[in-house]
Amino acid sequence: MSLGNLLRRAFSFALLQTISCFAAIAQNSPLSPTNIFAPDSTPAHSIFRISTFVLEITGAIFVVVFSLLAYAVIKFRERKGDEEFEPPQVYGSNQMEVAWTILPVLIVVVLFLSTAQVIHRVQDAPPPPDAIQVTVVGHQFWWEYRYPQYGFVAANELHVPVSDPKDPTPTYLRLLSDDVDHSFWVPRLAGKTDLIPNHPNSMWIDPYQTGLFLGQCAQFCGAEHAKMLIRVYVQSRADFDTWVHGQEQPPVSDPTVAAGSALFIAKTCFACHTIRGTIAAGTIGPDLTHLMSRETIASGVLANTPENLRAWIHNPEAFKAGSKMPVIDMTNDELNQITAYLETLR
Amino acid sequence: MATDSISLPLPKESSRSVFMDWLCTVDHKKIGIMYIVYALVFLVIMGIEATLMRIQLSRPNNTFLSAEAFNRLFTMHGTTGVFFVAMPILFGFGNYLVPLMIGARDMAFPRLNAFSFWLTAFGGFLLYGSFFAGGPLSQAGSAPDVGWFAYAPLTATAFSAGHSTDYWTIALLVAGIGSIGGAINFVATILCLRCPGMTLNRMPLLAWMNLVMGGLVLVTISPLTAAQIMLMIDRYMSGHFFDPAAGGSVVMWMHFFWIFGHPEVYVLIIPCFAFISEIIPVFSRKAIFGYPAMVAATTGIGFVSLGVWAHHMFTVGMPSYGNAFFVFTTMLVAVPTGIKIFNWLATMWGGKIRFATPMIFCIGFLFQFLIAGLSGVMLADAPFDWQLSNSYFVVAHFHYVIVGGILFAIFAAFYYWFPKMTGRMLSEKLGRWHFWIFLIGFHLTFDFMHVPGLLGMPRRIYTYEPGRGWEIWNLISSIGVIFQAAGILIFVYNMIHSYFKGAVAGNDPWDAWTLEWATTSPPPDYNFAVVPEVRSRRPLWDIKHPQDPDWKYE
Amino acid sequence: MSAVSMELHEKMVAETFSRGRVGMWCLIIAESAIFAIFVAAYIFYIGKSPSGPTPQILSVPVITTICLLSSSLTMHWATAALRKGNLLVFKLSWITTFTLGAIFLGGTAREWHHLIFQEGFTVNTNLFGTTFYSLIGLHASHVAIGLVALGTVMILSLLGKVRAEHAERCEVLALYWHFVDAVWVVVFTVVYGLGR
Repeated sequence: MSLGNLLRRAFSFALLQTISCFAAIAQNSPLSPTNIFAPDSTPAHSIFRISTFVLEITGAIFVVVFSLLAYAVIKFRERKGDEEFEPPQVYGSNQMEVAWTILPVLIVVVLFLSTAQVIHRVQDAPPPPDAIQVTVVGHQFWWEYRYPQYGFVAANELHVPVSDPKDPTPTYLRLLSDDVDHSFWVPRLAGKTDLIPNHPNSMWIDPYQTGLFLGQCAQFCGAEHAKMLIRVYVQSRADFDTWVHGQEQPPVSDPTVAAGSALFIAKTCFACHTIRGTIAAGTIGPDLTHLMSRETIASGVLANTPENLRAWIHNPEAFKAGSKMPVIDMTNDELNQITAYLETLR
Repeated sequence: MATDSISLPLPKESSRSVFMDWLCTVDHKKIGIMYIVYALVFLVIMGIEATLMRIQLSRPNNTFLSAEAFNRLFTMHGTTGVFFVAMPILFGFGNYLVPLMIGARDMAFPRLNAFSFWLTAFGGFLLYGSFFAGGPLSQAGSAPDVGWFAYAPLTATAFSAGHSTDYWTIALLVAGIGSIGGAINFVATILCLRCPGMTLNRMPLLAWMNLVMGGLVLVTISPLTAAQIMLMIDRYMSGHFFDPAAGGSVVMWMHFFWIFGHPEVYVLIIPCFAFISEIIPVFSRKAIFGYPAMVAATTGIGFVSLGVWAHHMFTVGMPSYGNAFFVFTTMLVAVPTGIKIFNWLATMWGGKIRFATPMIFCIGFLFQFLIAGLSGVMLADAPFDWQLSNSYFVVAHFHYVIVGGILFAIFAAFYYWFPKMTGRMLSEKLGRWHFWIFLIGFHLTFDFMHVPGLLGMPRRIYTYEPGRGWEIWNLISSIGVIFQAAGILIFVYNMIHSYFKGAVAGNDPWDAWTLEWATTSPPPDYNFAVVPEVRSRRPLWDIKHPQDPDWKYE
Repeated sequence: MSAVSMELHEKMVAETFSRGRVGMWCLIIAESAIFAIFVAAYIFYIGKSPSGPTPQILSVPVITTICLLSSSLTMHWATAALRKGNLLVFKLSWITTFTLGAIFLGGTAREWHHLIFQEGFTVNTNLFGTTFYSLIGLHASHVAIGLVALGTVMILSLLGKVRAEHAERCEVLALYWHFVDAVWVVVFTVVYGLGR
């Protein structure tokens, strides 16, 4: 093959290898748990493939133009003894203008056609009938996850089943917002899609591996935008079903914490939070029916331990200044009782 | 020709009268200088805001700044940069240079010129008043905290209590009117006041590019003004333009804002293309390669840039054909931009390159603008953008354009035209120190800033979690700030020191070819004692090379 | 060597364009962009109000529209007369233009008074209210500014200070007035034609 061809193939090979190395390292010993070059779901993979193509083309353009610039700056510099003469004045060349217009236009056409295909494939994919449906509602500064097929509402930690590429079970997310704009971004699973009030969006994921996938809100939504973290638990079908079953149950009703449960009402917690089957039916804050089934609280900011839970209730401002949860006036005893009550909500 | 005119000594004036002279002036040169000095002050303030933010981001979960303070700082940093640094400084250079380069006595509407400057200046003072209004200074007062693009409904009274958003809205509304006034002046001056013989085909590229920029400003600032009027109606008259509950659309704000916002960045870069197009030929000792192509490319960029705005909205949920359309137009606008890079390259090719300070800043521009443009092509690819949008990759990209491109071109312009404006040369030695130190800082901060974006770090976050692989890159970016600050300090010192002690420049220190070098440094109030007459694009080349003038070949 | 004033320079340059006209066209371009955005918002929001009054409550302002559009004609007569030096026709036509414009504004005020106080329909009643009052109000404010300028020239002409050599400046102002009328054609069509 010609030298040009050989060089081009060598360049593409080198670039692809570099990116794949990056990705392989990422997948095995993560450079980062949120690396866009470590895709683990079909939308993220489609993006990865077209991104690699774009990088190859822009990389090649960079190498060529950079080399020409560097060459020009070195070769045509003024040298000693040159001071008096002026070089030949060349005013232009129509052929060159045409050439370096047509070539870039062709590159644009190629890039555009390949990109349009991917856009269509990702955005216009119809949901298969057995997909898991989740409605995601963005709030300042937490995530609500409704599972209409099962009839329960969770918060801040999204559970989905793993998907076998030979028999996919994707999860379709319907994205809504309760207040301002947000954006759902879990880089290893998909590109981001915004949650906009009165403008429902949708996206889908079909993770290939089990595990915990991280992300966070990616559209500035106010004071604690930085603390609106996302945790996606991809589980085996069996584990997912177990989780669903647990969420579907009514809340644990433990008589030893009756005092705490009464205080939950007396201190107006019920006005913002829901605990299914009780009179607490507020929707301003997260559903707490199975609070203890979560690893974190405050949308991923704190580990879900009794100490953290107590501290959070005592003064949310200390962890998330600007959080919508007010500081409620209560004695230490009352705080302990409420915490104990919440600790029973497995 | 006025190449040998004498500079008469000015009569001695009392200091009070000098102050009033500048306050009430309608002279384009003084107004130009006021714009530039105003912008430089805000450039330093912007740098301080950036430094504070980078300190906060140098470590995960840092507590140097509160969330509220950080959110106000990034809003002010972005807003200041676009409206009170970049636009004024470019309007300043344009104001100073355009009449001189077309052989005119002043701009078409000198009083409108002064009015436009003071409106813009007032806008900046109003915006910064917000730091001192309302809340405590440690929380950055009542400065706006909604981001420089102020998306609805975050700006609605329900989510933005108090007046912080109103400072943003009104300051920019006022400054926007100033910009429109300035643009009217540019267009009218360039179309109507060219000296005899200077057809449109013979005017310097700087004039062409300010013409395109002026036209673009006329069409692009108004959508922002319109959207801001709508926002005020929503906030103060309980209107419903962006009220989703009443049928309003928050996406509409995004459309209107970006219909302004995207062409606006071309408004910022096109005058910088002008500087590069004037400086590279002089220091390569060759005429610009492909003048008609450069004009066509710039005009093309102006028009196409009006149709790319929704590439800022790829994640908003537009239908697939909508996304595809904007992918196409955005990639298309890269073509004329690339053509310009090739023409500058061809200008240097076969030339005799002199590495004076203006030229090394231009060379820096060329390499950096190339990279910035290519990262832009990546962002133009909607699926790639679904990952990269709203991440630090975007922040790195646009700072590459604004600092690596626009600011470097502005530095080049300073070193090139400071002698004309003040009669003194800037120190070449300090210029080199400025260049190299700033270059190191720029690359430390912004090259490595691309990586956290690729690793999933969103923008506009006041802190970040450890363990996501972002720490080292943020630290490196923050360290780069030290070098950039040092570079700027050297630059400011160079200007102040050279103003008093610099080598006397004379009319034409660079052996250049356009009309501003045909008069004294600084020029007299009336610019030219005798109205120049030109026969080609490089009138001074014709004079210096009477046996080989340009008009034989054009 | 003598300093050259701007006016002299203008006369010496290759006869390009009058800066007053170019400046006014630039202003018109900028204003067109503002109107375009408000019109786009109006059109997009047609039918989107979940409740409240619809454009059916509007009555088509036929008379005031005829007045405003005729004022362009009388304005044209005025500037043509001034160029020929016919000061009497100029003054009469100019006053007529001003009056027709004032009738338009008065009519708009009457329409708004009726809508606000009799129908209870205001800028915040619903989305339609917001878009209607903003768009008509934006146009009306431009008419008002035009009337201030027209009124100033009217007073000056009645004092005998306006002569044939000011024709160019009056034509530049006339350009603005024609623009305001042209915008009304668009606004009228969108609000009273398309929307209803």
